Amino acid sequence: MVEQWNDSPGGFHPASAPDYLPVAQLRDLQLRRLQGIVGRAYENVPLFRERMNARGLAPGALRSLEDLRKLPFTVKADLRDTYPFGLFASPMQEVVRLHASSGTTGKPIVVAYTQEDIDVWTSVMVRSFAACGLHKGDIIQNAYGYGLFTGGLGAHYGGEGLGATVIPISGGNTDRQIMVLKDFGVTAICCTPSYFLHLMERAGELGVDIKKLPLRAGVFGAEPWTQQMRRRIEAGSSLKAYDIYGLSEIIGPGVAVECRHQDGLHIFEDHFYPEIIDPQSGEVLPDGAEGELVLTTLSKKAMPMIRYRTRDITSLAAEPCPCGRTIRRIRRIGRRSDDMFIIRGVNVFPSQVEAAMLAVEGTLPHYQIVLTRQKGLDQMEVQVEVTAEFFTDKIRSLEALQARIVHAIENTVGIRADVRLVEPHTIERSQGKAKRVLDQRNMA
Amino acid sequence: MKIKQLSVFLENKPGRLSVPCKALAKAGINILTLSLADTRQFGILRLVLRDWQEAKKALEAAGCVVNVTEVIAIEVEDRPGGLERVLEIVEQAGVNLEYMYAFTFGAKDKAILVFRFEDPDAAIKLLQAKGVNVIGGVDLFGRASK
Repeated sequence: MVEQWNDSPGGFHPASAPDYLPVAQLRDLQLRRLQGIVGRAYENVPLFRERMNARGLAPGALRSLEDLRKLPFTVKADLRDTYPFGLFASPMQEVVRLHASSGTTGKPIVVAYTQEDIDVWTSVMVRSFAACGLHKGDIIQNAYGYGLFTGGLGAHYGGEGLGATVIPISGGNTDRQIMVLKDFGVTAICCTPSYFLHLMERAGELGVDIKKLPLRAGVFGAEPWTQQMRRRIEAGSSLKAYDIYGLSEIIGPGVAVECRHQDGLHIFEDHFYPEIIDPQSGEVLPDGAEGELVLTTLSKKAMPMIRYRTRDITSLAAEPCPCGRTIRRIRRIGRRSDDMFIIRGVNVFPSQVEAAMLAVEGTLPHYQIVLTRQKGLDQMEVQVEVTAEFFTDKIRSLEALQARIVHAIENTVGIRADVRLVEPHTIERSQGKAKRVLDQRNMA
Repeated sequence: MKIKQLSVFLENKPGRLSVPCKALAKAGINILTLSLADTRQFGILRLVLRDWQEAKKALEAAGCVVNVTEVIAIEVEDRPGGLERVLEIVEQAGVNLEYMYAFTFGAKDKAILVFRFEDPDAAIKLLQAKGVNVIGGVDLFGRASK
């Protein structure tokens, strides 16, 4: 449904119509789209074809949504192993956009979009904003980073598609963000929740009363956050803080979003089919059970994803939401099934930090990544145990070594970390194995 | 002519220095001299001891990371300009001096300093040619026990 000239803001948004499809029609649509996407992946992507052939499966084998369980999973390593373009199902002539996100070993993973894919992405972002109660006339300050990261452009096109006014300010430069927030009459902001906390703090220091601004919605994502953090944000500002979920491998932001009831994230099931599995056995779990979220894209042309393991732990809620949407909800994502962590919107794997240290020293010392949050900004410190191999009697060489590790990590991960040299055996071992990531970010 | 120096890595935190000192005390090893270089985050304790192999074992057993470097001990006149003369020779020859520190003992009117050169052999040759008294281990440890 398309918005009409006489639709009134704050009412039902026509773009949200697919969110309210009767379940039977939604399942029928999903099945047909699933059959189409699996056929497309089979025909155009060797990896999918080989894996299906190995199991004796042809695309025609999909007669029901449950049959999806027969198909093999896709994992992040598949994107890395086929770097850069190995999973593309469209010729480059039809690909209009590439994005990239950090992978496990320094090489990013690359994702592709046809114009149709961009249009779908825009439509789910429009529906996301609409679910948060935004509409034409809203002024959206988009403080997600613009660039290879999908956050910036995803929210940008969604905001424009909604008919709102988008301020493409991108990330960083906090004082300017606050000036724009105050002077431009901004009514909605998109950024990571931790960055908004930082904005709140800085506004206080600058004497700007954020509660008096017309700001009424925050669309926050790209990192895990908690209910306590939401309460802190909402208590210290005039806005309602909405959780938005997405990942580049699937499309970017706009896979799922909270509605005004803020009780779980509605997943746009007409484009992204969700399953919850036991991360150990791979068995599909019933609605309500906690497990790993697995997503299948139902419409993506340039890069279909079949049963992509997100590593995010959540559950699916099938019971109806008071908002009336029929698309299911996923519970807010609190943790992951692997050791990946998200810092300032960037996915980081300890293995990337390891690769950087290996490159510098040739050996891998014991290390630990300590995450903290200072003034609302995530900080990463890498503690490295000094070993006889690289310890010297010269301060200068140790400082040079520190600098080389900092540089190598920044090159690999894209985030500047503090490197701290520590004495041997100071990093705690559990069962002989060091705990690689110590997340001390106070989510409250 | 060269003397072994042990370096121990320390975090710049209260109580860290006592770990290596305790280990040496327990092993009954006397420290001839030491110096401590530090940054905001960490420090390096440098030690000269008679029985450096035993000391290294004791320190490593206490969990310390130990590095062995060669330094040289130089005797200078214990009067104004005594050190300056040696430094002048080093500077003019363009030899790279990393750091230096002093012994607590020396002969009458003489002081003994520890020098850490990038290339100790070249430094010894240069200093001896200029008549500077480079003291070997045997002589040094002999003096220490007086």
